[in-house]
Amino acid sequence: MASIDSGGGDSHKKGPGVKKAKKLSTRVDMTPMVDLGFLLITFFIFTATMSTPTTMDLNMPKDVKDPKDQTEAKESGVLTVMLGKGNQVYYYEGKLVVDAGGNNFKQTTFKGIRDILINKKKEVIGRHVHDDTCPKAQQRAKEKGDPDWENACKDRDFIVVIKPDQDATYANTVDILDEMTINQVKTYAMVKILPQEYELIQATEKNNGIK
Amino acid sequence: MPKVHLQRKSTDTDMTPFVDIAFLILSFFIMATKFKPPEPVPITTPGSVISQKLPENNAVLIIVDSTNRVYFSVLSDKDKTKFDAVIQGVNTSRNLNLTKEEMATYRQTYAVGVPFTGLKQLLDMDPKDQVNLKQPGIPVMDSANNELVWWIGAAKAAFAGEKLNYLIKGDGQSKYPAFEAVVEALKRNDEFKYNLVTALDNAPTNSAFDKASKWVPQTK
Repeated sequence: MASIDSGGGDSHKKGPGVKKAKKLSTRVDMTPMVDLGFLLITFFIFTATMSTPTTMDLNMPKDVKDPKDQTEAKESGVLTVMLGKGNQVYYYEGKLVVDAGGNNFKQTTFKGIRDILINKKKEVIGRHVHDDTCPKAQQRAKEKGDPDWENACKDRDFIVVIKPDQDATYANTVDILDEMTINQVKTYAMVKILPQEYELIQATEKNNGIK
Repeated sequence: MPKVHLQRKSTDTDMTPFVDIAFLILSFFIMATKFKPPEPVPITTPGSVISQKLPENNAVLIIVDSTNRVYFSVLSDKDKTKFDAVIQGVNTSRNLNLTKEEMATYRQTYAVGVPFTGLKQLLDMDPKDQVNLKQPGIPVMDSANNELVWWIGAAKAAFAGEKLNYLIKGDGQSKYPAFEAVVEALKRNDEFKYNLVTALDNAPTNSAFDKASKWVPQTK
C-alpha cells in the first residue's frame, strides 16, 4: 500500500461491556510526498548543471618597440578583420587599398565572415609551395595529435589580423576569436586599429546609418 | 464442484522506501551544490565553442561589467593567506595606510571595484553590505593611472612560484577599449596568457573545428 499503516490489529480482547473505541486510520498517503521529493531533485539537478562556465585561452604577444622584431606576414596570406558598431564586420585582404585605383575595404556580418575565412584559407592553401621547413611542422602537429597533420604547414601563411574598434563590444571580440577556433585558423593576432581604418569604418557606418 | 477462487491481490505498493530514496538524493544534491558567491554585478558572458573548464584556485578574476566598470578579485579557496598577501602588497606599494581590521575584511570581499582612494571606505564596510555598494570600477582607461596594474602586481607577488591563471570575465555588452585596457594592465606585468570566461555554445556542424573535435585517433 502506498501508505504507512500503524493501526494495530484487534487482537486484544477487551472485557465485557467495554465499548470498542472507534479506530481511526493512521494511514498517510505518501504519493504527494514522493512527487514533491522528485520535483525538488529535478530542480536541483537542472540548476546545478545549467551554468557551466568555460574558458577560452588568449595569448597576447609582448609589445616590441623595434619594428625589426615584429612578426612578418606575407601580404597575400593576410586577412584583416575589423569590428565596428552594431555587430558589423569589415575586412580587407593584404594591404588596404582605398583610392581611385580600387577599394578592397569590404563589409560583412558575423554570419558572412565565416565563409570569407574558409575561402581565404582555401586560397592560401592552394598557393602553398612545399619546402624544407614543412616536414618539421608536420611532425610537430602529428605529435600534438592533430588529425589534419598532413596539411599542417599548408596554411602557415594564412594570418588573420583582428582589429576591434572603440565601438565593438566584448561579445564581438569573443565571437571573432571563436570564429578562429571554429575555422581552425592557427595564426591570428589582435592588433590596435589604425586611425585610417577607424575613419573608414566610421564613414561606412554613417553611410549605412548604423548607430 | 468447488469454485476456483482467484485471490485478489492488492495493487497498492508501499511508497515509504521510495520517499526515503527521493529525500536521500535530494539532501545529497543540496549538500553537493556550491552556491555562487554574491556578485557585485550580474555578468552575461558571451558564448564560445571551447569546452575547457574554469580553474577555481590560484586565479585572478578580472570582471568587466556592461557599463565598462572593472573589478578585481582573487580566487583562492584553499589558501586564504593569499588574500592577506595581496592586500598587504597593495597597501605597501600604494601607501594606503589600511588598518589590520580593514585588511582582514579583504578576505570576505568578493571583488574590488573602487579606486585606491575609495578602498578604505569599502573595507570599512561589513562584507555583507559591500554587495549593495555601488562601486565605480577600478580606473583603467587612463594608461598613466591604470590602477589594475598595481593589483595584478600584488597578486603576482602573492602567488610567486605558483601557477596563477588570469581570468577575464567580461559582459558581452561591454566595449572593447575596457577589455583592451585590462589586457594592457596584464601586459605591463609581463603576463601574456589569459583565460576568457565564456558560456558553452555548440560548434557549427561541419566546420573545421567540429570535424577536428570528432576525430578519433586510429589505432593500428
